[in-house]
Amino acid sequence: MAGLITTLIVTPLVGALLVSATRNYARALALVFNLITIICAFIIWRNFDPGLPGLQLVERHSWLPAIGAEYLFGIDGLCLLLVVLTSLVFPFALLAQKMDRSFCALMLITQAALYGTFTAHNFVLWFLFYEMSLVPAFLLIKMWGGENRDRAATKFFLYTFLGSVAMLLSFLGIYFARGTFDFISLAELGKTGDVLPGKLKWLAFAGIFLGLAVKVPLFPFHTWLPDAYEAAPTGVSMVLTGALSKMGVYGFIRLLLPLFPNEIATLGPWLLTLTVCSIVIPPLVAWAQSDLKRMVAYLSINHLGYCMLGLFAATAPAVRPLEEMHAALSGVVMQMFNHGITAAALFYFVGLLEQRRGSRGIDDFGGLMQRTPLLCGWMSVVMFSSLGLPGLNGFIGEFLIFKGSFAIAAGYTAVAVLGLLFTAVVFMRAMQSLFSGPLTRACSTFLDLSSHEKWAIIPVTLLMFAIGIAPQFLFNIFNTTVVHMARLLA
Amino acid sequence: MLPWLILLAPLVSAALIALITGRARRLSASISVVAVLVSFICSCIVFAKSEIAGTEIPWIEFQGILRVPIGFVLDSLSRTMLVLVSGVGALIHIYSPGYMRDDPGKSRYFAALSLFMFSMLGIVLANNFVMMFIFWELVGLCSYLLIGHWFERDSAADAANKAFITNRIGDFGFMLGILMVWAATGSVIFDDIIPQTWRITSNPTFLTICVLLIFCGAVGKSAQFPLHVWLPDAMEGPTPISALIHAATMVAAGVYMLVRVGFLVQASPVALGVIAWIGTVTAVMAALIATQQDDIKRILAYSTLSQLGYMIMAVGLASDEAAMFHLFTHAFFKALLFLGAGSVLVALHHEQNIWKMGGQGRNLFLTFVTFGIGMLALIGCPPFAGFFSKDAILSLAYNRNPAIFGVALFTAFLTAFYMMRLFVVVFFGKPRSPAAKTSRESPTSMLVPLAVLALLSLFGGFHFFASHFLTLPHEREAAAFIPGIALVAMLLGAAGAIILYRRRIEDPLSINLLRHKFYFDELYRVLINATQGFLARVSGFIDRWIIDATIVRGSSGATWSFGALLRLMQVGNLQAYAFIFGLGIIWIIYFVLFR
Repeated sequence: MAGLITTLIVTPLVGALLVSATRNYARALALVFNLITIICAFIIWRNFDPGLPGLQLVERHSWLPAIGAEYLFGIDGLCLLLVVLTSLVFPFALLAQKMDRSFCALMLITQAALYGTFTAHNFVLWFLFYEMSLVPAFLLIKMWGGENRDRAATKFFLYTFLGSVAMLLSFLGIYFARGTFDFISLAELGKTGDVLPGKLKWLAFAGIFLGLAVKVPLFPFHTWLPDAYEAAPTGVSMVLTGALSKMGVYGFIRLLLPLFPNEIATLGPWLLTLTVCSIVIPPLVAWAQSDLKRMVAYLSINHLGYCMLGLFAATAPAVRPLEEMHAALSGVVMQMFNHGITAAALFYFVGLLEQRRGSRGIDDFGGLMQRTPLLCGWMSVVMFSSLGLPGLNGFIGEFLIFKGSFAIAAGYTAVAVLGLLFTAVVFMRAMQSLFSGPLTRACSTFLDLSSHEKWAIIPVTLLMFAIGIAPQFLFNIFNTTVVHMARLLA
Repeated sequence: MLPWLILLAPLVSAALIALITGRARRLSASISVVAVLVSFICSCIVFAKSEIAGTEIPWIEFQGILRVPIGFVLDSLSRTMLVLVSGVGALIHIYSPGYMRDDPGKSRYFAALSLFMFSMLGIVLANNFVMMFIFWELVGLCSYLLIGHWFERDSAADAANKAFITNRIGDFGFMLGILMVWAATGSVIFDDIIPQTWRITSNPTFLTICVLLIFCGAVGKSAQFPLHVWLPDAMEGPTPISALIHAATMVAAGVYMLVRVGFLVQASPVALGVIAWIGTVTAVMAALIATQQDDIKRILAYSTLSQLGYMIMAVGLASDEAAMFHLFTHAFFKALLFLGAGSVLVALHHEQNIWKMGGQGRNLFLTFVTFGIGMLALIGCPPFAGFFSKDAILSLAYNRNPAIFGVALFTAFLTAFYMMRLFVVVFFGKPRSPAAKTSRESPTSMLVPLAVLALLSLFGGFHFFASHFLTLPHEREAAAFIPGIALVAMLLGAAGAIILYRRRIEDPLSINLLRHKFYFDELYRVLINATQGFLARVSGFIDRWIIDATIVRGSSGATWSFGALLRLMQVGNLQAYAFIFGLGIIWIIYFVLFR
């Protein structure tokens, strides 16, 4: 099955072209193209052998040999999972709000960029897609955003762009010194010794770290996130948090960890401290927010913080038994997927509330349970998933991360577990103020979930239950990859 | 097969009600009752047939690296608990349709009730820590749903939140404890940990921390000091819920868990001391508060706290047998008392203040008799069930720790006092409100469970009955006179209450410290507002002003002063973009080549 990945990437691009040419039914057309990408992703999944480590379905052609650029796509378990996640989040986001054709086209371009980022294995190609996702996201916030959209969009762009430039410079430095942009050979270099001599390697490390830390985001590089998520229209917030935020974590796994194992180990305690701050501080900030969307945005930082905890624990300068690293990394990959669907669903619900009420202050609502029990019920499921209730998806990843990290970095993990408690406090407060108590007058004419809204939310929620109850089917996808990864890092 | 049926029948019922029969309220109730009866019958079969062994299926499994199964442990402990939980649960299910007759949320109520049975049975059956933790948290969720059943009332929503969050605080410790055990022994399955226990016990400090963290979970779930505050508020839920969750099963989960991991708990003398004293403090504190409460359900709630204190005390005094014995008898008489209180409340149109009752002995005769039996069992009057189990704990305390014995004895005196106060004020004297004058006995479906529980409270403590279910504690040799002293304390308390409260129309005593429950709620509110609000505001401030304003805008200011360069970039000017890249590349080349 050659060309599958190319098909996957090209489909949304073709879709974008067609959508911008149509006059009506832009969103329906975009959804049709998303159906095709889902089928593509499914075929890729069927053709993928989860028992093998390394890349599969490789598409390799020479491209610009002079600058080391190569047309190299392939997937391993991690890539596949993220491709599947992207294929799920985008249709969900398209269903979330009304959008005109340019909106749809930009969404499709972002989608193609994400597929590219998650499947490219040559830096030039990868970086191309990585940057390609930035521009449409910027435009989407800038043109369709809410209040403060200009400022938020600029901040978002500046932040991530500066990060990208720093990363690019670092990679250029590595290329000039080592002559390769290929991820696999770079990882080999990282394993055998320093990629760059002397202080330069620290400079290169700092550049790449900055670029990725902004993207994730890691505390204290996160301040663009609440503004951007808040200003962005619902569908874009869903995509930003559901899929784009995974690019940063993916970058850490694919680039930084294999390239700079020694540097990361040296900085281990500091990185873990930043991670713990990422986990513990944002929920406290979320607690002080009165805007629902901002609140969810801050909690998103916390959830990605768990991913970073698992990663940095797996590379920490301590005794690292292989099985603990394996647990932590499995948790990280699981958490990436789970956060993707759960956070997107949270933004979806905030969007529904905003559509009905016209505003989204936490105090603008009250007693919704009496008027819209279905909406409240499903939204509670999503919130409980986000706060890590067992039986739903969120718990699995977080628990494995804690399991693995605790054995390696007990102190940091113990503080990080507090994050679970704080998240619960934030969500409980939100649920109480939205759902319980007497019905507020402004909410007394709300409509419950329409059938179209139900169709958007039921599959996602079912998936949450499925992962929470029987997570093994997801683990099977990436288990071999993670074993391989853990061996590389050990 | 049977253990699966026990566990899954209530889950199926919950799913059916939530997805299909939500509108048909009667049908929902029947489904739920049938499901719990299935669980109960299967439990009885499992109890009777000792050849049925535990099973296990994989849940998360990485070959040779990590294994977390879903597995059932079927030893005498879990067999007894299965029968107890599903049996008391079944009676409460049967009682519920009568109590919730006119409630529009009846289907929701029964769905949550079934889900609760599922979670609680899951805790009992769990053969490993992770599975126990999963069901442990689910029980927390169910109590949240059930306490907040009347969600339109702010007080109910507050109470539900408080229960969930307080439980989560306990679970925080529990989770860390599990992680410690897992890291040290490499397994979460109890049977695999037991041979590896030496890895933990070889380091006493590690062991103590580990046990205390696990104990945190029990402190949350069994509402021990200082996390006891959620339980009295939880009385905002419907009364059958109070009987089920907050008397007979959920709060017992903490004690059960400590007994289940007894192989660890008993190994640490320091932790045992802490556990014993936490239990003791809870017992006496709750009993003191109970003497000055006016709400019938709250008095019972505090008595639950106090009795749980006794159980935890017994665990801390290294006698799992005594703890389980008291848990066993307490489940009967506390469920009986709550259901009896529910019967009174239905008759009085949900008036909960005991000073607006009075004279109910005549109107509600059967409730009066059964409630009386429950009361006598609770205060430890021979020959009722509570006498035997409380006596076992008192003898134990006398042998192991005289100070704790003294406090426990005083608590026994207080227990008799406040229960007799409740009994006298509610059932004797003249009716003190219009509703109390015209009250009528509850329907039969509510009275049958009362009668069954009354019988159990009467015979539950006798050796011929209890020894089928439990290994009874043996502490007789040292203390033949303990029952005598306990009896005297009980009689003093009861007589004091009768003398003080006979024919009163209002409380002659008013001790503010006790009326305000030692000001725990106020203290916690101040603490939470001060710390968490402060933290949230400080970190919000850091976020908004220090990081965002100083660093980010400061750097953007620096960018500005950099001149047109970065400003052009911000506009998206392609040439500037290229220029920056060029600069960077030159810079890198310089470093690589000419450094």
